[in-house]
Amino acid sequence: MLQLIGRRLLATLPLLLAVSVVVFSFIHMLPGDPAVLFLGEEATPDNLARFRAKLGFDRPLVVQYGDWLGHAVRGDLGRSIRTNQPVTQAIVERLPVTLRLIGMAMLISLCIALPLGIISAVKRNSGVDLASTFFALFGFSTPNFWLGLILIYVFALVLRWLPPSGFDGTRSLILPAITLGTALAALVTRQLRSGMLEVLRQDYVRTAQAKGLADRLVIGKHALKNALISVVTVIGLQIGALLGNTIITESLFALPGVGRLMIDSVFSRDFFVVQGVILFLAVGYVVANLVVDILYSYLDPRIRVH
Amino acid sequence: MATRAAALGGTSLGAIALGQFRRSIVGLVGAALVGLFILVAALAPLLSPYDPVATDFAEVLTPPSAKHLFGTDDIGRDILSRVIYGSRVSMQAGLFTVAVALSIGLPLGLIAGYVGGRVDNLLMRALEVVLSFPGLVLALGITAVLGPKLIHALFAIGVVFVPNFARLIRAQVLTVKENDFVAAARALGASDGRLVILHILPNCLAPLLVQSSFSVAFGILTESALSFLGMGTQPPTPSWGIMLSMGRGYLEQAPWLGAFPGAAIFLTVLGFNLLGDGIRDALDPRLKT
Repeated sequence: MLQLIGRRLLATLPLLLAVSVVVFSFIHMLPGDPAVLFLGEEATPDNLARFRAKLGFDRPLVVQYGDWLGHAVRGDLGRSIRTNQPVTQAIVERLPVTLRLIGMAMLISLCIALPLGIISAVKRNSGVDLASTFFALFGFSTPNFWLGLILIYVFALVLRWLPPSGFDGTRSLILPAITLGTALAALVTRQLRSGMLEVLRQDYVRTAQAKGLADRLVIGKHALKNALISVVTVIGLQIGALLGNTIITESLFALPGVGRLMIDSVFSRDFFVVQGVILFLAVGYVVANLVVDILYSYLDPRIRVH
Repeated sequence: MATRAAALGGTSLGAIALGQFRRSIVGLVGAALVGLFILVAALAPLLSPYDPVATDFAEVLTPPSAKHLFGTDDIGRDILSRVIYGSRVSMQAGLFTVAVALSIGLPLGLIAGYVGGRVDNLLMRALEVVLSFPGLVLALGITAVLGPKLIHALFAIGVVFVPNFARLIRAQVLTVKENDFVAAARALGASDGRLVILHILPNCLAPLLVQSSFSVAFGILTESALSFLGMGTQPPTPSWGIMLSMGRGYLEQAPWLGAFPGAAIFLTVLGFNLLGDGIRDALDPRLKT
């Protein structure tokens, strides 16, 4: 197992390096001179030169990249052009909100998807099955910012149960987490349903039933455990969508998270922050995939052998 | 192809698939929604009762009525007309993103699958780098670099889809190129280019159709998301995403501002998703769940 983790880690390094090159080139792909972009068209040549020298834009690209990467691996992503705050600090400050949001969204989606997926597979073509099919279709096709607006309207403006926006503890994360988690819940429900149907057809399930095991045991122990493998895959594939959609959710609900930091910095053309956040999210995504990969081989011993 | 097959007394695979599709309720509902969407986009000037950008300050924020079926917005524009014209932006978004993804992804996938070896390895690694970015983050980053314009946003969304298309095509090519008819064509002296374009590519198109349908749905969803964030279509062009973001400010006084464009996105995306499901089931009934 340790050997496997080590091998996967090693394989990830070149990928992370390539990701860093792409992120670095983002600023240098800007059409025109970055100094002009930052300072504006009316900047004097003198100011432009001083700006370039200050940020090291006058050096060869390879040197700049090496320098940037060297700082980045030590956790230094530069400073915000607007507030002069270190980018890493800005991200770390906002990270807890984003992580709590993603955690709650996953929790909510599993609370919906696990029972719904299992019941709709076990009681195929029943009312619950039909309802879960409709839920899956609805959840997958609803734009989450529209769902968020509906939730705000119903639960914050009409019923006044929950705050419409802002961050003030767990209560203020309920609506955002539902907004973020519904699409995931829909996907997991569908995946779990088809996974369960597949497993329930297997011989070992029939054997378990034939030897008189209670349904609860057959479904919970023999079937569910194997169906969950495909659920882990789906969740792994959806981490990227979750990370991306936090940008929309945080901006809709005015939450002080990393996604909001990114969109705010895009608008204020604070490119070092944008660069830092993109690098951070991409690395986070790669690491999350690595964890899912390892978890996957833990759940399915067949993969470990190969 | 169908007539030749009929003349031979058999049924073509295409005809079988079409027959399967006609029996799928999911696919038919999807096709109906997509058909409605295309019709509305094509006939927008005929269907919309008002000019979508004309303001009328005597009719600001009026609720839905006989005069304005979907009500009016904060500067008195007719929401129904704006929803109708917004379908054109969404249609553009769906088609353009798939076109970008196809024009880059298709050749990459063909080359990777057909040439194989080191080239394949290199191309797949490069695509993995693109896949290392969460889709919306990459799209937002590209749009931030290029500047907030609809065409930039659409290009960015297309780039996000490239790996999906390339991987799909590559997998198809890998199976198709093992067929006897490819070996036969090669034995007859067909060049690599002729083999790939005339013999391999046509046999890879079916799954591409399914992927395209899902990608149009995703393209429409992502365009409206970027426009909602202010990074896509710019006002006053009526885009469903922008209308929703305006509706957000008037949620309490005038909820209809966001309700109708949101429903339009939902129905269109649902349509393309169902259509994709229907085509997939028709092409490969084994996958049906």
